[in-house]
Amino acid sequence: MKKKAFIEKTANIILLICAVVALFAVCAITLYMFIKGTPALKEVGVSDLLFGTIWKPTASNPSFGIGYIILTSIVGTGAAILIGVPIGLLTAVFLSEMAGKRLGTVVGSAVDLLAAIPSVIYGLIGMMVLNPIMFKIERMLFAEKSAHQYTGGANMLSAIIVLAIMILPTVISVSTSSLKAVSDNLRAASLALGATKEQTIFWTVIPAAKSGILTGVVLGIGRALGEAMAINMVAGGAVNIPLPFNSVRTLTTQIVSEMGYASGTHRQVLFTVGLVLYVFIMIVNCVLLKTRKRGFEHGD
Amino acid sequence: MKKKLFAAITAVCLLAVAFTGCGSEGTENGDLKGNITLAGSTSMEKLCEAMSESFMEANPGVTVTVEYTGSGAGLESLAAGSVDIGNASRGLKDGEKANGSVENVVAIDGIAVIIDKNNSVTDISSENLAKIYTGEITNWNEIGGEDQPIVVIGREAGSGTRDAFEELLEVKDACAYAQELDSTGAVLAKVASTPGAIGYVSLDVVDSTVIGLKIDGVEPTEEQILAGSYLLQRPFVMATNGEIGEQNELVQAWFAYINSDAGKEVIKKVGLIIPQ
Repeated sequence: MKKKAFIEKTANIILLICAVVALFAVCAITLYMFIKGTPALKEVGVSDLLFGTIWKPTASNPSFGIGYIILTSIVGTGAAILIGVPIGLLTAVFLSEMAGKRLGTVVGSAVDLLAAIPSVIYGLIGMMVLNPIMFKIERMLFAEKSAHQYTGGANMLSAIIVLAIMILPTVISVSTSSLKAVSDNLRAASLALGATKEQTIFWTVIPAAKSGILTGVVLGIGRALGEAMAINMVAGGAVNIPLPFNSVRTLTTQIVSEMGYASGTHRQVLFTVGLVLYVFIMIVNCVLLKTRKRGFEHGD
Repeated sequence: MKKKLFAAITAVCLLAVAFTGCGSEGTENGDLKGNITLAGSTSMEKLCEAMSESFMEANPGVTVTVEYTGSGAGLESLAAGSVDIGNASRGLKDGEKANGSVENVVAIDGIAVIIDKNNSVTDISSENLAKIYTGEITNWNEIGGEDQPIVVIGREAGSGTRDAFEELLEVKDACAYAQELDSTGAVLAKVASTPGAIGYVSLDVVDSTVIGLKIDGVEPTEEQILAGSYLLQRPFVMATNGEIGEQNELVQAWFAYINSDAGKEVIKKVGLIIPQ
């Protein structure tokens, strides 16, 4: 009897330690980001740093404005969501409501595969296929406008398209499971009232699965915001205002591309960029918690 | 007494080497002990790190510390006597030489300007090159090429290659890049695959996938750089206070190492050219 109690207790302690590791990691990272990220805010000035638009960290009279970089991350993520969510949601509807067993399995496993592809592969394909196409479009569009700086196809639009494809698996899988979780009673009731299948889907099933779908969208935002590798390969990497055919840089690629040789204030500012990204991700996660909670309150 | 002790240590070391079977050279310099301090150019970081690492491996008793404060600051520290060697990624100015600093060129940094294979341009003036990078010239037909837009590719802020290129071309902080990539390989690949692109890389990585442009009619080759006629090059100087022969034995050993085969290997490995 005593032995059993001992085992029980040890198991308890081991589990507690494991839980503490995760908690400790989160706290340590948060603390580290704030400690490393705030000195530059003081040194450069909050508004000069966050809202300044000139990024010349190594000039003799350096300027550390990351305004365009923040804007690029927001606009890029937003546009990727606008493109990716409708496609993802409709795919989810197809998978849960329309597809037969066989077709459903095929499309479902294709989506799973899409999720498993490493981001560097997305970047590579974007670089080799998307960028040359973009360059052709760019040359057609701006043939008469000499003021435009040609980017060789590495631009905001390429980044958005790559991001939109990358968030698809997240949106699809989360939406599909929440659509499937909608009670068949609801569908039956809607059909019994004389609604067609399409009306049932769009007016009954989707509203009922709303919070699950929103969770998918928020997860997609998180993924798009945090993606670095693929974007670094297709977006060009010059700091510009985020217009479709401009070469741009996001918060993530900013850190990736300049950390190697940065020193002094330049390096500190890169930590601040990391902090800004971290704060964005925290906001996204808070929203996620809220939507999930609301989902529970509504009882689905 | 000291010598005896050293002999004993050497014997033990040799024994250890014999036992473990991993031979190491340089035991002949093993009697050197102390510190060598260097300060100066940030562009020379790669060279200094590689060289000091390799040197300390051959001379375990010696610690080499390098600070990267900038060429001017490094030479000031040298003149003030606070460091043994002042690093500069440029030739010394007359005023600095008057302080007694002696210019020892240990390596030469060369940068090639590259364009894609299908471009018909083979030669460019330094003036036009500067205009391309500042965004004044935007189409190849303005300098005798076909009618296609120029895609200006460069390196990220903080890169030594970018620093050297902008400095030598006198376009520091005035460049309008269409793409800023974070490695030499990426620039090479992008230029090779983008019609109308122009970029710059270390001279040693230029291969057959791109064209290395002549600048002011001079081809980007090691010979032209050693002859001093190619524009985009700069010396890496490790200046000493007085001739090398007047320095302490540690500093002399440092320079002897740089000129040895092992040192030359290091210089080549970081993509630099050995001066003659």
